[in-house]
Amino acid sequence: MATREFALTTGTGTLSTATLRLHDLVVTTDHKKLGLMYVGAGLVFFIVAGLLASVMRFQLVTPNNGAVSPQVFNRLFTMHGTTMVFLVGMPIIAGLMNYLVPLMIGARDMAFPRLNAFGFWMFFFGGLLLYFSYLGAPGITGAGSAPDVGWFAYSPLTARAFSRGHSTDYWILSLLLSGVGSVVSAINVIATAVSMRCRGMTMMRLPLFVWLSIVTSFMILLALASLSAAQIMLLLDRFLGARFFDTQAGGSAVLWQHFFWIFGHPEVYILIIPAFACLSEIVPVFSRKPIFGYPIMVAATVMIAFISMGVWAHHMFTVGMTSVGNTFFAASTFLVAVPTGIKIFNWLGTMYGGKLRFELPMLFCIGFLFQFLIAGLTGVMLGVAPFNWQLHDSYFVVAHFHYTLVGGFLFAIFAGIYYWYPKAVGRMLGRRLGIWHFWLFAIGFHLTFDPQHIAGMLGMPRRIYTYDAGRGWEVYNLISSVGVAAQGAGIVCFVVNLVRSYLKGEPAGEDPWDAWTLEWSTTSPPPDYNFETLPVVRSRRPLWDLKHPEDPDWRYE
Amino acid sequence: MNETPIFEDVSMTKDDDLNSPVEPVDWRLPPRGVVAVICLIVTESSLFMIFVVAYLFYIGKSLSGPYPSDVLSTPVIATICLLSSSLTIVLAERDFERANTGGFRLWWAGTIVLGAVFLALTAAEWSHLITGRGLTISANLFGTTFYSLVGLHASHVIVGLTLLALALILFLRGHVRPEHGPRLKLISWYWHFVDAVWVVVFTVIYLIGR
Repeated sequence: MATREFALTTGTGTLSTATLRLHDLVVTTDHKKLGLMYVGAGLVFFIVAGLLASVMRFQLVTPNNGAVSPQVFNRLFTMHGTTMVFLVGMPIIAGLMNYLVPLMIGARDMAFPRLNAFGFWMFFFGGLLLYFSYLGAPGITGAGSAPDVGWFAYSPLTARAFSRGHSTDYWILSLLLSGVGSVVSAINVIATAVSMRCRGMTMMRLPLFVWLSIVTSFMILLALASLSAAQIMLLLDRFLGARFFDTQAGGSAVLWQHFFWIFGHPEVYILIIPAFACLSEIVPVFSRKPIFGYPIMVAATVMIAFISMGVWAHHMFTVGMTSVGNTFFAASTFLVAVPTGIKIFNWLGTMYGGKLRFELPMLFCIGFLFQFLIAGLTGVMLGVAPFNWQLHDSYFVVAHFHYTLVGGFLFAIFAGIYYWYPKAVGRMLGRRLGIWHFWLFAIGFHLTFDPQHIAGMLGMPRRIYTYDAGRGWEVYNLISSVGVAAQGAGIVCFVVNLVRSYLKGEPAGEDPWDAWTLEWSTTSPPPDYNFETLPVVRSRRPLWDLKHPEDPDWRYE
Repeated sequence: MNETPIFEDVSMTKDDDLNSPVEPVDWRLPPRGVVAVICLIVTESSLFMIFVVAYLFYIGKSLSGPYPSDVLSTPVIATICLLSSSLTIVLAERDFERANTGGFRLWWAGTIVLGAVFLALTAAEWSHLITGRGLTISANLFGTTFYSLVGLHASHVIVGLTLLALALILFLRGHVRPEHGPRLKLISWYWHFVDAVWVVVFTVIYLIGR
């Protein structure tokens, strides 16, 4: 280390500070830098995928619009879905877990810092590989472009005969790479949370964020490996002539659907559990009450993880499963709503009777509660197999999962960013721009996705690149597209706020929110070693104990 | 590591005599390597599970031959080699703990030889099936699932052998010291996992699938 620093400092005459900073980012193994790099890269991909969605909404704004060709439209929705799930959702949760778990458990870094850097670069280059497909996929034959088979890449559409060129190969390989990144980062989070806790941080004193990170990482271990297995099979089919999904040789296209959704459904819980984790930290602090029902929250999370492994085929009610299969997967889908409902009641129980402070993080949390509730209700509706037969692959489904992922996941992530930005940067995010962001984005979100429920019930299928006039879908599509502009304006406010507050935000101090977990006991931003002396904790709210020695929590726990 | 309790004043308050929780004198947590290898085994199990399910699902669904009952013969010697290598690695670890370097070298090298023999026998079986029987990965669903499942396992054997050989080379060059025992244990866990997977693969392919 010393020699490297020496080598660099002697050369400073030729190296600019920008080069030095870049060099530092490339070689860093610090969990905080990697965490911020994950979130930053995720936000960049978020903007790219958001722009793809805007083009789609522009195409659908009027009937028989010809702004983009059907082929381009297919690429747009495939890249949008793939990016949002694998290059936005996954890195942002990995970034939050990387940044916060060591700080919250009083550790100086992750269990495996170099593995952590490896995971980030696997994800990052996986992401670049996916976008390189626009240039590389045509290959010698010139037949391909970006992937266009949908984010779940149903067979037999992915067979060599129907997917010429290398577009599907780019989809497989980039996701295999970023999948390896996700798995090693999950292993790291679990090893850190189990093995690096400071003295006195027993499992039942862990902040809920850490508990939920453990559960979501465990789900990543199980789910991502299933996807990798299925993708390896698809690669074998495409390159070695294997017959896994070749229906002409007796292979089953439905098997791909099973394999994909064994990954795919846990995946949505992998994304939403870190969102729950943000809520579980933020809602208590801004209600000035400890979380209501801590053990039940942990139990409900583990239950969600367990049940979510057995609900995958509710994505497949229309492929013709047996009635036993339909009944089982409908029942398990209803069952998963129970622990999820418990969580919503616990957050409400935390807010009930509390001294609510409507700071920016809390606003986004409250938005989450309303929107995620509706998302959950439409989810239960879609879990009813006969209802699903009517609305499968319609805009109702699109509206449902955007309610969970935008109205739910994204709002919670915004809450988390507003909450922890002062810790990471040392400056507060501006309130005025934050309010604009919240209202523009919330209104835009509802304008975009509320009408899609109705369009779906009126029979509008998802993934169509245009539609005829006179079907009664026009007004809903128009409102939907107008909403995108409001969402975009909200995001502009957010990005401007991030940059402006970084440069000249109000200094945050160690503990701007008067919070209770260990990350707020160190400076903002924390030093490389996080804590000068490793803390010792005696309760779930160590900072409360420190601030209120006359009435510490551990008397009651 | 100097773990001075920064919240000492809290515990030292005078009036907390009765309810003060007593901190554990020694704060011990599972080693991070152990946790990580268990996680790795969990995720690898999930990977294998999908391939095993594919194999089971496609049993008897091949539209044309060659069929398993025509071409497969039970790999008795290979199985004995691989399973007994789990025993030799345990003996190697025992000798390492007893600082018996000669014994460790013998058993550890023996494990590598047994693993290598298993791989060689698998290669011979594949060669026979491909050239003698015309069973390729693209021949039918049986070929597809057979080569991918056995191949996935064999690739794990190769990774295991690489780790074992690396440890042996480092040992022979004198870089492995007594405190590295836990790391050798992690390699052996991975090796046991590879063996356990073979039990499943063997059962599925040679007992159920034939």
